Amino acid sequence: MTRVRVGIDVGSTHTDSVAVDEKGNVLAAVKARTTPDVTTGIIKSLKKLLDTKAFAVDEVAAVMFGTTHVLNAIIQRRGLGKVGVIRIGAPATTAIDPMLDWPADLREAVGNLKVIVRGGHEYTGEEIAPLDEDGVKRAVKAFAKAGVDAVAITGVFSIVNPDHELRAREVVAEELPNVPIVLSHEIGSMGLLERENASILNAATIGVMKRTIESLRRSLASLGIEGVPMYFAQNDGTTAKSEFIEKYPVFTVVAPISNSIRGAYVLTGIPDAIVVDTGGTTSNVGVLTKGYPREALEVEIGGVRTNIRSPDVVAVGVAGGSIVSVGPDGSVKVGPVSVGYELIEKGIAWGGDVLTATDVALAKGMMKIEDPRCDPEKPAKLVPKEVIDAAYDYMVRAIEEAIDKVKTSAEPATVILVGGGSLMWPRKLKGAKEVIRPEYAQSANALGAATALVGSVVEKAFSYDHVTREEAIRITSDEAKQKAVEAGADPASIEVAEVEEIALPYLPGNAVKVRVKAIGKLKL
Amino acid sequence: MAIQAIEKYGPVEVVDPDDVADDAFVVSVAGMGAPVVMIEKLPSGKEAGEALLSLERYFGRRADYIISIEAGGMNSTIPIATAARFKRPLIDGDGMGRAFPELQMVTFHLVGVKATPMSMADEKGNSVILDTVDNFWAERIARAITVKFGGVAWIAIYPMSGKQFKAGAVRHSLSKEISIGQALREAKARGANPLDALLDATGGFLLFKGKIVDVLRRATGGFARGEARLEGLEEFKGSELIIRFQNENLVAIRDGTVIASVPDLITVVEKDSAKPITTERLKYGLRVAVIGIPCDPKWRTPKALKVVGPKYFGYGIDYVPIEEAVKRMGA
Repeated sequence: MTRVRVGIDVGSTHTDSVAVDEKGNVLAAVKARTTPDVTTGIIKSLKKLLDTKAFAVDEVAAVMFGTTHVLNAIIQRRGLGKVGVIRIGAPATTAIDPMLDWPADLREAVGNLKVIVRGGHEYTGEEIAPLDEDGVKRAVKAFAKAGVDAVAITGVFSIVNPDHELRAREVVAEELPNVPIVLSHEIGSMGLLERENASILNAATIGVMKRTIESLRRSLASLGIEGVPMYFAQNDGTTAKSEFIEKYPVFTVVAPISNSIRGAYVLTGIPDAIVVDTGGTTSNVGVLTKGYPREALEVEIGGVRTNIRSPDVVAVGVAGGSIVSVGPDGSVKVGPVSVGYELIEKGIAWGGDVLTATDVALAKGMMKIEDPRCDPEKPAKLVPKEVIDAAYDYMVRAIEEAIDKVKTSAEPATVILVGGGSLMWPRKLKGAKEVIRPEYAQSANALGAATALVGSVVEKAFSYDHVTREEAIRITSDEAKQKAVEAGADPASIEVAEVEEIALPYLPGNAVKVRVKAIGKLKL
Repeated sequence: MAIQAIEKYGPVEVVDPDDVADDAFVVSVAGMGAPVVMIEKLPSGKEAGEALLSLERYFGRRADYIISIEAGGMNSTIPIATAARFKRPLIDGDGMGRAFPELQMVTFHLVGVKATPMSMADEKGNSVILDTVDNFWAERIARAITVKFGGVAWIAIYPMSGKQFKAGAVRHSLSKEISIGQALREAKARGANPLDALLDATGGFLLFKGKIVDVLRRATGGFARGEARLEGLEEFKGSELIIRFQNENLVAIRDGTVIASVPDLITVVEKDSAKPITTERLKYGLRVAVIGIPCDPKWRTPKALKVVGPKYFGYGIDYVPIEEAVKRMGA
């Protein structure tokens, strides 16, 4: 019997599903509209996939999601849990309160419950002050009274020495045994406020993630898919099983963007390239390095600065449904406003009255669309040629500029086009040595989710004067491997995929940040 | 922090250097140490004030005025916050007219003012008074104590008379900072080009517009040394600019010729918004404009260049004032 993996990826316009066999061959690929509640769209897409009869329900060995449930909850401030925030930092750090620069509505949505207790470490790992356990206890009593759903603990330099965070967790667990506790050293990197922010958002969305997993599990069961492990795509292009991601929901916030980039690699086998992922509303331009998305140091989520790992992309408001506008002076613009999934009602080629980027590409003869409702000749007949030409120029220039922005050097690069709107683009782009649009390009995102490997990243800081370099890398690698097992990797298959050492300037004692990424196959 | 302090304690009085009495007691406050520690071990907000009080106890005299040691970054705002908290007036002037990484790189040093007695404080409540034979020793010992404090220290330094301040200071740097900010805000409100406004307000030269195509970094001797390579855009298409930096931008080389060097200012801003980009944030793909701004004439004497010229920073080139370098390039 074939063991089929099903990948489902939620985009702003469409929810894509694919089924792949063990060798990575695509058995079926379908699309459904994304719905406001996300889950309905996922189920519709999945049902369509099963309806292809390309595989049997009992052949499904794993279902892999790339979803925006958590991101949407944060952006819409919906369903967020109340978080008790503990910062271990006094006497330092009191100049800036936790959540001080958050949008006020988001701060209220997570309960705005915070306390700074004494403790934390220096960059050397020595204590700034002993941990104030009584302070933690008092805080927890207040949190219990307020009825918190989760607790987030952030200690100064916890990525050098996590002891105070670990001890504080024990103290909190005594008082609130059933409340999830998030420790910042497991979430983010150096930079107290950004790591604290990411930890609070993680704590606030644990409930959202739990409910999402439950409802997806029920939906799968209703389609006859039962007792099958569920995996969720992570921001760095790897995946992790539901039991793990329930603890780290913030690792999923920008995963769909990474899925497309990773999918471009899976489809082409090209490990280093620029990926242009064109959907209905936005084109994301990112970079593949060694088969994974290049990562950014900081990412803003719902108006909050965080330092979780995430793909480094330039987003351009030019995509399939982008609306073309002509100014009073005759100047032509495309996007960022989009008709989204209403393209097939409002687009000119479909008999509507809104000129979209897709209509422009049709009129230019760049693409064909196999849809009986679509008349590809219509836009060219109805719209003046100079408007079409100017609009297409605008679109191509926008994409070429984004490609240039993400480049690391002036060298021409391989450009891979993926996404539902990827047909629009010409086969020659400035700055590209070749432009590739692989088969199944429109399903690259779901394919990226379906074929992802289990991954885990651990970051720690050391002083090479106290610990040898080998020892530091070994400690970090062991932790990363352990985490990968927790995330659902087959222990026998785990490899260290990446070791990065960054010297910390201005500090004596050879202070270095070590970051290890471990990757393994799914344990099915 | 400065905004929070002014909101809490009320506005700060700013006086002109000419209005400062010769026998007034003037002290500057600042932070020193590793930026990577400052983003992790945030301050309590009280440290700089503790350093000031500690130095005042040592002298048995209250500071009449607070000043900034440098005109840039955190050290231009800490004195404002401290002045607000202790209700002391601030003098419109500083000791650099720009930013520099070491304690002796201060115009007061050039006129013989000693950095010490100085005080250092940390967030834990420790404080230290230093009295050193010269300002280079002050830098060395203070740097070592900063490490023991956990990577960051807060200092009250260069205690001096009003007369010394007037002889040594870069004047009106605070009002210049305010007018630059104002010019940028007004340009934004008018929809005018912020880069032109910035050049106007600073009296600077546009050295380059380009895209960063390469950034090399390495940490040596406690300082992050690096080099950024830019490829020309717009009127600079076809040209290349190299910026050498060590925390601050120190040398700019256009198509093989040095076009600006320390102590003149080399400032990198976003090409369209004119928002500043610090050396830590230089990265591939950014579209930037590079501006050169003449330094205060105090930095251009042979004695000053020994302290802050390109050779002190390890670059084997002679200093050429930016006005001349730009003229030679024909830009």
